[in-house]
Amino acid sequence: MSDIDVIDEILAIAPGDRLDAVRSVRPQARENAQRSYEALFEPVAIGGVSLADRAVVAAFTSALLRESDLAEFYRAAAVDHGAADLLAALDAAVAESAVVGPYGAYRESGLAAESTGGLRWQPGPELESVLGVRLARILAHAHLLVFRPREASAAALHSLLDAGWSTTDVVTLSQLVAFVNFQARVVIGLRALQRDIEKEQR
Amino acid sequence: MSETTIERDDVVAPERFTQESLGWVPWLQPLPKADFTDRHWDGVVDRQRADMPYFALLARDPEILRARTLTDNDIFYNTDGGAPRAERELAAAATSRLNGCVFCASVHSRFASEQSGRSEEVQRLLDEGVEAPLEPRWRAVVDASVALTRVPSAFGTDDIASLRAQGLGDEEISDVIHGAAFFNWANRLMLSLGEPEVPARRR
Repeated sequence: MSDIDVIDEILAIAPGDRLDAVRSVRPQARENAQRSYEALFEPVAIGGVSLADRAVVAAFTSALLRESDLAEFYRAAAVDHGAADLLAALDAAVAESAVVGPYGAYRESGLAAESTGGLRWQPGPELESVLGVRLARILAHAHLLVFRPREASAAALHSLLDAGWSTTDVVTLSQLVAFVNFQARVVIGLRALQRDIEKEQR
Repeated sequence: MSETTIERDDVVAPERFTQESLGWVPWLQPLPKADFTDRHWDGVVDRQRADMPYFALLARDPEILRARTLTDNDIFYNTDGGAPRAERELAAAATSRLNGCVFCASVHSRFASEQSGRSEEVQRLLDEGVEAPLEPRWRAVVDASVALTRVPSAFGTDDIASLRAQGLGDEEISDVIHGAAFFNWANRLMLSLGEPEVPARRR
C-alpha cells in the first residue's frame, strides 16, 4: 500500500488546507478512492492484465478526458513498467480519437429521437502492429466507454474475449476505465473548488 | 467455460427513462457462488449481493469491487454534513440521464424522489432531459453534474459560483462533485457489462 494519496498529490492538497478539511468529511470515500487506485494499479492478484497494460489504458483514458495532470501521472507509470516504447503510438491514438462526448445511439426504442452519431474509433493497422491486438482492442473499448457508453454491447465484450482477454480480465479493465472516469472528474471538480477558494482568499 | 458472452433474446427492454424499478441482465458470466473464496466474500461487502448478477460479476475482481462499494456508500449515505441526500441522488440521476444509463437513472431518480418528495420534477428530468425546467438550486446541481460529465469537462469556477449562489458551501459542493463523478464510474459498468430489463411482474 502506498503512503501517498493520488488525488491529494495531483492537486497538491496539504494537511490543514481547506480542501483537506472538505475531503476529511467523507473519510471512507477519500480512503477508498485511494484503495481503488491501489486495487487496480498495485493489485494483489495481477490476473491476465499486466501492470504496463493497466498504466497504458489509464494514460489513454485520462488523455481522452483531457485531464493532463492525471495523464502525465499514468504515462510516468507506463514508463516505470517498461512501456515507454508505446507512448508515441498512444499519443497518435489520442490525437486521432479525442472528440467531444457523450454521444451515441440509444438501445431504448422511445429514446431514438435523442440518438446522436459520432466517431466509432478503431485503431488502424499501424497502431495495432505497435500495440498488439489485445491492447488495441482494449483501447477501442476504452474509447467506447469514455465517449459513447450507451452504445456498449455484448458484441463489444465478445471482441475482447476474442482477442484473448478472460472474463475476469474484462471485469478488471472495465473497472479500470470506469474508475479513471471517476478519478479524473474528482480531480477536475476539486481543482475548480480549490481555485475558487484561492480567489476568495486573495 | 465462462469465456464467452451471454446471449439472451428474450430480454424485455425498457423503452425510455423511468423511475420504476428495473432488472439487470449480465452479458458476461457472474462468478458462481460455489467458486467464492473468502477474498470474494470480502469483495461483495454485503453477502446478499452475491445473489445479484451485477455484483457477482464484479466479484471476479474483488479488491476493486470492495473499494468501489465503500466509496459509493460514503458519498451517498454518509449524512455527516454536506449536501442533502436528495441532491446527491439528483447529481447521480442527472449524470445517468446525460450518459444514457437507463438502469442507473431508474434507481437514483427514484431515490431522489423519495428523499425530496418532488417526484414530478424528477420525472421532468427523465422525460425532457438535463435541460428540463427545475427550481434554481436543483438547476445549479444538475448543471454542475452535466458540466463535469461532458468530455472534455466543462466544469470550472463558474459552476462553483453558481452552486455558491444557491447557498451551497464547500462540503455540499464536494458532495455534488463526488455524486456526479461516481456515476461516471457506475454508468460505465452498468452500461457496458449488461442491460436493463423490465421485470416479469410488470409486463
